[in-house]
Amino acid sequence: MSEAFILIPGRTSRQGCGISEGKFKEAYQAETSVLQIAPQDMQRLGLVAGDRVRVTSEGGMIEVAVQPAKSDELPSGVLFIAYGDLSSRLMSGDTHGSGMPTSKCLDVRLEPLEKSSIDPDEKA
Amino acid sequence: MNASQAKEASADLKVVSDATCTFCGCVCDDIELTVDGNRIVKAKRACGLGTAWFLNHEIEDIPSCLIEGKAAPVEQGIRRAAEILTASRYPLIYGLSDTTIEAQRVAVAIGDWIGGNVDTTTSVCHGPSGMALQGVGEVTCSLGEVRHRADFVMFWGSNPAESHPRHFTRYSLMPKGVFVPRGRKDRTCVVVDVRKTKSAKAADVFLQIKPRGDFEALWTLRALAAGIPLDAEQVRQTTGQPLSVWEDLMQRMKAARFGVIFFGMGVTMTRGKHANSEALMALARDMNRYTRFTCKPNRGHGNVTGADNVVTWRTGFPFAVNLGRGYPRFNPGEYTASDVLARREADAALILASDPMANFSQPAREHLRSIPYIALDPKQTPTTQHAAVAFHVAVYGINVAGTAYRMDDVPIPLRPAFPSPHPSDLEILTGIEREVRQIQQAFA
Ligand code: SF4
Repeated sequence: MSEAFILIPGRTSRQGCGISEGKFKEAYQAETSVLQIAPQDMQRLGLVAGDRVRVTSEGGMIEVAVQPAKSDELPSGVLFIAYGDLSSRLMSGDTHGSGMPTSKCLDVRLEPLEKSSIDPDEKA
Repeated sequence: MNASQAKEASADLKVVSDATCTFCGCVCDDIELTVDGNRIVKAKRACGLGTAWFLNHEIEDIPSCLIEGKAAPVEQGIRRAAEILTASRYPLIYGLSDTTIEAQRVAVAIGDWIGGNVDTTTSVCHGPSGMALQGVGEVTCSLGEVRHRADFVMFWGSNPAESHPRHFTRYSLMPKGVFVPRGRKDRTCVVVDVRKTKSAKAADVFLQIKPRGDFEALWTLRALAAGIPLDAEQVRQTTGQPLSVWEDLMQRMKAARFGVIFFGMGVTMTRGKHANSEALMALARDMNRYTRFTCKPNRGHGNVTGADNVVTWRTGFPFAVNLGRGYPRFNPGEYTASDVLARREADAALILASDPMANFSQPAREHLRSIPYIALDPKQTPTTQHAAVAFHVAVYGINVAGTAYRMDDVPIPLRPAFPSPHPSDLEILTGIEREVRQIQQAFA
């Protein structure tokens, strides 16, 4: 069962530093391949950190691990991912005559995939 | 020389004062670099992003030029690049924002000679704002004015705590200015965003709006500035905040002596795009009926503002310029790189100081991958990886001197720390321009 969300790709400090360190390096790759989701949404969907989900937009589809957003950074129904290859895969090629593909507040559907094999209690 | 400088000098370290960081649009030019041979070991006063920028640009142990993935002499790469560009029927020149204005100038010249399509990374950051300002104008100011005068500072859809970490301390919130002598205490800071970002923590007032509610929220403020009565329920539903909150904000804005709105990608990348930017710029303009009010896009890349300036000097337009008919035509949505690639129009490209293979939509990336293109970048990136000709260049501001424009259009000189064995963007582009002319003259 998939559920509708709004996805905001954006800059993070670690993603910014990763650009200088090198895009093929671990830090950049790690930062840009995790999806943040409001803790209450994670709970509702029965997700724990590290679980993988499928995110589908008008422009594409990705599979990505989730992580709870820090404190109250994200309202329920909104997802965040650092700019990178995965976020670009969800952008559509159409810019609606503006030159700018809709790159923030994308309509997506989120569907949980298989459960993480790691025991959530071990992750603290 | 102070004690630490003396110690560093004795250890054979070089100190470069007033070096310029070109990682983000703040273009901080007060950095003190400690250089150990071909490595920067300390970047005093730089933020986390700036430190990562300075400390990770050592001399890359990769060939300066690769043709089809194989190491080749630079001159051969320049010749091959010129051949690709002159054989093309619809060449795209894209990027430009992370190099000196001197190099940008030559990139536009090449576009002119080959009748190409010139676009910069502006089109995927504040391009919509560039469109909006042509419609409503821009009430602007320098960051120095903000530092010394602004007592009301609003950030809208912008998260400088993570994108421009010294924005608050160097320009907008903390400094003690001539007309705001107590610094932060003399300023009101408002953050408007969909997410409660790290920047929200710095605000006196944080307004969390509904996703995609920017346009409605900005027009609510415009209506309040004009004294137009509003339906409270409709305002709450469309913006996510009650009308009373917007009324309170409008009171604060009117009461300011000098207000400024810094805005970011939250405004330009969200549905509405240029209509959002236009509403924000018009709001800043409206507020001048009451007090001095300005707005500024928080520009991302170190010299993206230089790219806007250079492309404008040379063609009359800031980005999305097509020179195919021998004169410039401007049309975002048509001549913007995302579109030219996603519609599979360009048949060759020169990508300068940017990484569309990482940042563009999938259809645009797939098309770029299918055409011959030239890429110039200091590091290996997804874009250089697939280039027909890849040049690994010296880094502007670290190895190469020149000029960058701060986000408020102030030109700042670059003071390099150490030389690089790799050529500069300017050298490669000057070579390509020369070869393009030779090929064209041979067939004239
Ligand atoms: S704020 Fe921007 S320009 Fe200033 S040091 Fe940090 S990254 Fe560099």
